[in-house]
Amino acid sequence: MTQSTDGSEKIPFWRDDRVWRIIIQLIVLGVVLLIGSILLGNMFRNLAQLGRQFDFGFLRNQAGFNIGETIVPYQTNDRYWWALVVGFLNTLRLILVGFVLATVIGVLAGIASFSDNWLLRKLNVFYVEIVRNVPLLLQLFFWIFVVFYSLAPQRNLSDPPTPLLGRGFINKAGMFVPWPANTTGDWLALLGVVLGAIAAFFIWRWRIKLMETAGASGKPQQWMLIGLALIGLLVLLFGMKWETPTLGENNSITGGLRISLEYAAVLAGLSFYTGAFIAEIVRAGIQSVSKGQWEAARALGLHTGLAMQLVVLPQALRVIIPSLNSQYQNLAKNSTLALAIGYPDFFSTFQTTQNQTGRAVEMILILMAVYLIVNLVITTLMNLLNRSVQLKER
Amino acid sequence: MRKWGSLLLAASLSVAAISACTSAPTDTAGSPGAEGASPAATAAGRSRLDMVKERGKLICGVEGTIPGFSFVDPSGTYSGLDVDVCRAVAAAVFGTSEDIDSKIEYRNLDSTARFPALQNGEVDMLSRNTTWTASRDAAGGNGLEFAPTTFYDGQGLLVSKASGIQDVAGLAGKSVCVETGTTTELNLASRTKEAGVTINEVKFQDSNAAIAAFAEGRCEAFTSDRSQLAAKRTSLPNPDDYVLLDVVMSKEPLGPVTINGDSRWYDVVKWVTYGLIQAEEFGITQANVDQMKQDPNPDIQNFLGVQGELGSQLGLPADFMVHVIKAVGNYGEIYERNVGSGSELNISRGPNELWTKGGLMYSPPFR
Repeated sequence: MTQSTDGSEKIPFWRDDRVWRIIIQLIVLGVVLLIGSILLGNMFRNLAQLGRQFDFGFLRNQAGFNIGETIVPYQTNDRYWWALVVGFLNTLRLILVGFVLATVIGVLAGIASFSDNWLLRKLNVFYVEIVRNVPLLLQLFFWIFVVFYSLAPQRNLSDPPTPLLGRGFINKAGMFVPWPANTTGDWLALLGVVLGAIAAFFIWRWRIKLMETAGASGKPQQWMLIGLALIGLLVLLFGMKWETPTLGENNSITGGLRISLEYAAVLAGLSFYTGAFIAEIVRAGIQSVSKGQWEAARALGLHTGLAMQLVVLPQALRVIIPSLNSQYQNLAKNSTLALAIGYPDFFSTFQTTQNQTGRAVEMILILMAVYLIVNLVITTLMNLLNRSVQLKER
Repeated sequence: MRKWGSLLLAASLSVAAISACTSAPTDTAGSPGAEGASPAATAAGRSRLDMVKERGKLICGVEGTIPGFSFVDPSGTYSGLDVDVCRAVAAAVFGTSEDIDSKIEYRNLDSTARFPALQNGEVDMLSRNTTWTASRDAAGGNGLEFAPTTFYDGQGLLVSKASGIQDVAGLAGKSVCVETGTTTELNLASRTKEAGVTINEVKFQDSNAAIAAFAEGRCEAFTSDRSQLAAKRTSLPNPDDYVLLDVVMSKEPLGPVTINGDSRWYDVVKWVTYGLIQAEEFGITQANVDQMKQDPNPDIQNFLGVQGELGSQLGLPADFMVHVIKAVGNYGEIYERNVGSGSELNISRGPNELWTKGGLMYSPPFR
């Protein structure tokens, strides 16, 4: 009996939406495969017609062009693939430092929009509105041609450079700033500072725990933290062998670190541009925390700064971090504009390679893969960070 | 359920395979320059030449920012040697010299955009300082077809007088501004290596940004084709502060370019360009072209289409050269007007003189 009711009451497959769901998926898949095969077939046919083969072997040929600034050794007769790596490292240097600067600028500007200080608030509005509404390319031209070139007014590179805050120099080739000499002592000092920072982190946790569980004042630990910070600062300032740039014969500059004006301009442009967007995200995040939280914090006797730091910001982070992710991705992608003002990033070496080899299809694939991987890495890291600040339900 | 799915997948895949096959012949017939694959399609009249005639307009890719070669004035009028070559081709194809600019659509293309634009069929031809090289000409390289050289150039160095640079060796440790996406980049690397000096290269995608950085003093030297440097120097704020060194780093034969595999269209561009040179050799000018039709010399009569069938063999009107010369003059006239003594650039003819006067300009016979 059960057998027969089962048979007669079974829903026919055309009315079963589990079946339909799968069929629709299959149709979509079929259409995608169809379009894909037409496009790929077309490409291979056209390449064959031009007498070409799809092949990455050209990457092993000699590049034969120069790259203006590099962080790893590169010579004209190195291979194409190495030139691309060199360009990629230049891009990486740009976006990693850009992330830090854009975040600092964005968070400060975002918090400033809640300041009790009228001038600070208005300055912030001014900054955010102007920077967000002007095309980035224009801003890059502004930074290089107006800001950095006018900081170095000499007409010729062999003219004496302009002093920079008494410690370095600036000329058309770049900014020369003090930088630690590459000695064993420096590395030891740096290691010491890092160890100190780790120690400070544990002391800070110990202090919080004592205050929470034993109701202690935490004063001794606070003194220890201050002491560590002072020692760290002293080690950084005097323990390391800072090399100050010096002016030699024929106005040549030796020692210290050279930051090219192109790099500085792209970095400044990207950081301030992305910073303005981050400022708005931070503002929105803070506004998303309910007013009651502010009032509760005030009622506990916390002044504005402490209430922001201890109560509001940790809650706002949950809103801020997902949007921050896309801003970081934008920064990474916008870094390709560096070519316009002469900074040799990955896109610039890509352009030259593509032009010299005529391998458009292969090169475009490499370009897409590289930027895709960069963005996927950023997203993965940001998702990890996001998970760590989300509300944990226990 | 699973059986249904695999059936559907199989069906869609077979559709994909069939459509990929069937779309092939229509594709090749439709795309320009497909002669290599199917000669029948070309015989049926699928050359760029027919497309240009049907369209009634020639789409010509130029640079647009180099005075003397191709430059747009504020009113939108194009001028220059490269632009006159576009006009010559249009005059030949459409058989008219009246208001020739209305028959041409100019496209400004920078050095990175030029080849894709030609390969995609966005422009019919390029007439913009493009250097003729083996890899660009080869089917396995860029797959282009180079018409005769209209300007024999060489890469030079523009330096500020204050830098004291005299030659390539003097570049040691100096900064050099370069426009990327050109042969200049490679030549600079080769020549500095040859001289055993290291330089700091600053590369720009846009020649305007490069020249602006040079004018600001970011670089002590700027390298490009000598003709371009002479043109750019005039646009600098104080042209007298800069000097064009007597250095030739490379051979740069510049001329019009078409796509590989469309020989009917390529022949038109090639022979119109030769025609400009031949006209100078015959002494035919804008002013005397109508008179010259009565010249008893049979070569000139052939050339001007009074007799013979040169025009129809090329798929052009019989008197196409008459229209060309009426529109722009002969090569010598074009040169003097745009870059020679009649212009601000004042570049001497040098290798661009006719072969009869010791130069390199030489046209095979029109017969």
